Order: sequence, then C-alpha cells, then structure tokens
Amino acid sequence: MTDDHVYLTLSEAGPEPEGEARWAYGTGFADPLLGVDTALPDGVEGADLAAYCQMLGDDALVLSQRLIEWCTRAPELEEEVALANLGLDLLGQARRLLTRAGQADGSGRTEDDLAYWREDHEFRNVRLVEVPNGDFAHTVARILAFATARQALYQRLVHHADPVLAAVAAAGTKELAYHREWAQEWLLRLGDGTPYSHERMQAGLDAVWPLLDELFTPHPVELRLGTDPAALREPVLALLADDIAEATLTVPDAAPLAYVGGRAGRDGVHTEDLGPLLAELQVVARAHPGATW
Amino acid sequence: MVTTTTRAWEAAAAVTDPELPMLTLADLGVLAGVEESGDAVTAWLTPTYSGCPAVAEMAADVDARLREAGYTDVTVRLRLDPPWSTDLISDEGRRKLAEAGIAPPAAGGPPPGGVLRLGPTRRAVTCPQCGSTDTEELSRFGSTACKALWRCRSCREPFDRIKEI
Repeated sequence: MTDDHVYLTLSEAGPEPEGEARWAYGTGFADPLLGVDTALPDGVEGADLAAYCQMLGDDALVLSQRLIEWCTRAPELEEEVALANLGLDLLGQARRLLTRAGQADGSGRTEDDLAYWREDHEFRNVRLVEVPNGDFAHTVARILAFATARQALYQRLVHHADPVLAAVAAAGTKELAYHREWAQEWLLRLGDGTPYSHERMQAGLDAVWPLLDELFTPHPVELRLGTDPAALREPVLALLADDIAEATLTVPDAAPLAYVGGRAGRDGVHTEDLGPLLAELQVVARAHPGATW
Repeated sequence: MVTTTTRAWEAAAAVTDPELPMLTLADLGVLAGVEESGDAVTAWLTPTYSGCPAVAEMAADVDARLREAGYTDVTVRLRLDPPWSTDLISDEGRRKLAEAGIAPPAAGGPPPGGVLRLGPTRRAVTCPQCGSTDTEELSRFGSTACKALWRCRSCREPFDRIKEI
C-alpha cells in the first residue's frame, strides 16, 4: 500500500498481494459489530433479545427506506441531503440491531439475511414507519413522532442489561437529537407560517397520530425484557404537545388505527404498504443471491 | 486501555480518515486503543456515527498499516462503548480541520434539546476562510453525516462545519 488514501490506492493498477486487506468489501470487515463482545448477559433470554432487536431494527430499516424515497423528490436540495442523512443514521442503527438479533437467537443470520430474506409477515416494525411518505408535512410529522419516541426509548436502553443494545442506544440517542431538531424546525416553520402551510402541517399531524399508539403498546417480549414502552407514552406525548403548541397547531384527537384481532406490526401484521416497500428494498439481493462485490 | 507509546499505536494512529484525509484516526478520536503482544496486535476503533460508511475502510486501512509495520497477527475490533463524541477530536485535529477550510466543532457536545422556540439560535462560528464571525447555517446536514453546511456573510464563501455530537 503506497498511498495514504484508499481511493487513490485502488485506482493504481497492479496485482494485490494475496491476503492483504486493503479494501473493505470481501475482507471480512462488513460486520457492523466487528469484534464487539457479543456474549449474552445473565438473565437475558437470547430469543427475546433477538425478537426485540428485530422490532427496533425493522423500525429503523423501514423508515430509512421511506426517507431514501425522498431522494430527487424533496422540495429543496438541502432538505434532500438532510433526509438522506437521517436515513443513513437509521440504516446504521438498523444494521447493528439486526446483526445483534442474528447473534442473540443463535441462528447466525447476518444483517443481510434478515433485511433481504424475510417476508413482510416476518417484519416486526410498527405500522407508523411503513405507511407511504405522503407530502412533506406528513414526513415531518412522522419523523417528529418517531424521533421523539425513539430518543426517549434509547435514553432508557442505555442502562439495559445487554451491553450491545445499550451501546447502540447510547450512540443512537445523540443522532436522534438531530432528527428531532430537524422535524421541530419544520413543524414550527410550517405550523406558524402561512394559513396554507399551517393547514398542510396540521393535516400531516392528523394523518400520523392514529399510528402512535403502537409505539406505546407493549409486546410480551418487551415486558419480559423489562422495556415496557407504555412508560414512554406520557413523557413522549408531553414533548410532542409542547412542540405542537409552539407551532400554533393542535394535538389531534384521533383514535388509534385498528388492530387486527389485537395484533399489529410487532406481531407481523402490517398494512398493504409494507409489501411494495420490501419488494424494492429486496429486489437486488433476491435477483442475485449470494452476490458479493 | 489506551496505550499511546508503542510502535503499533504509532502505525495505527497514522492512518488517515477516508472522508477527512487531513486528519489521522488519532486526531479524530476514532482510534480507541491498541494492544500489543509480541507479533500480535489488536486495534480498537470507535465509529463516529452509527451509519458511517467509512468504518469498514478505516478498519481495512488500520489492518493493512499494521501488517506493513511487521505485525503478522492483526485484529481490528470495534468498540461502541463509550460512543464517539466530537470532544474526542484533538486540538491538533481541530487545527488541521480549520486549516483545511472546515470549521471545527465546539467543545462540550451538542446543545441541549427541548422545545424549539422562534428566535435567534445562532452559534458563534468563525469562518475558516476569512476569520469573520458573521456566518450563518444553511443546513444542519451536509456532505457527510458529521458535517453541517454554513456560509460566511463577509467573504460569501460556503464552508463545512463538524457538528457536535
């Protein structure tokens, strides 16, 4: 390796000495938990931890995919970059969480196995993250709600018994602060803007609100792991109410989106919108199984 | 356990960041530790953002540099706890960033969150081109996850700024 910069090094022709690790792909460095101690802590059931990491990882993965759909569609170039950045943060969190899931259940499944080779009924994300983007205000409302709830959750998970989950949460909470701030700024700008922007922003909140209930409804896995999300309901809704009031908007009074026989996203029961999203997310991996580059 | 005096540390610490090539991994605070035992060496990296796409490349570079330095048994591992913070960027790193036209982050981590109010929220950021403090933020998100986009109202030049995390 003759140059400090790997891009320049790569462009130099010449045979590569066998075994020399000078490029990321195919050198075994793709693991987002590379070398992290992944032993299970006492008292934590591997299957439960895996299911929980899938829930949180699927939330992040699916919302990341939705945000990336804004590329070439955002109202301003800066906002397109912002949305792509938020999506990248969530993708990074998803990679760690799904990798943790595959280790914790002993299946040895990788992040790619879980992202690309599960069917929609095997995804454990809340429905909030899978519904289509709608307009820009709808996206602002969804990011505000998701980032506020996820940050509150991560702030608690930094004390979780599983050190990997705790570390993912500690890094993630700092990233989500920027997501929340971005959404707050747009909420304020649109809500306290013109009568028309106010109306559109209110419609965005109204559309998202019925989907919030699922974030605070405990799944048996969460109860067994001591991470009951019901405890988040009051503080998260209070934060959102403050933001909404500051933006001269009204907290929607909406019934939760109906569950199907008491089941929803955490049980693999999704809206019809998840399938097409996954088709796009998974098509390359499924068209070329096992491909590497 | 951070050991900063060994030959292995020196080799790993000289690797540069793929996105910010003016900085070494040591300047950036990404190199979290190096342990050496005979011909075996383990280097720990703490990624900046969860989704930083440069981690794999950094790990590959550290691995290659240590092998060049004569170590045959090289392991590169990630250390996620404690998470990376811009406070880990060294004074030398901050100086090199400014020299390269990138405003370094303020010390003390990100500003506290809470309800956002209407009103001035400007931070005092010095333009790395002309030194003016008459600057404004264009977007909190820039060309990489760790940067925001700013503009100087004096010299009219745009510049990147590492945002606190």
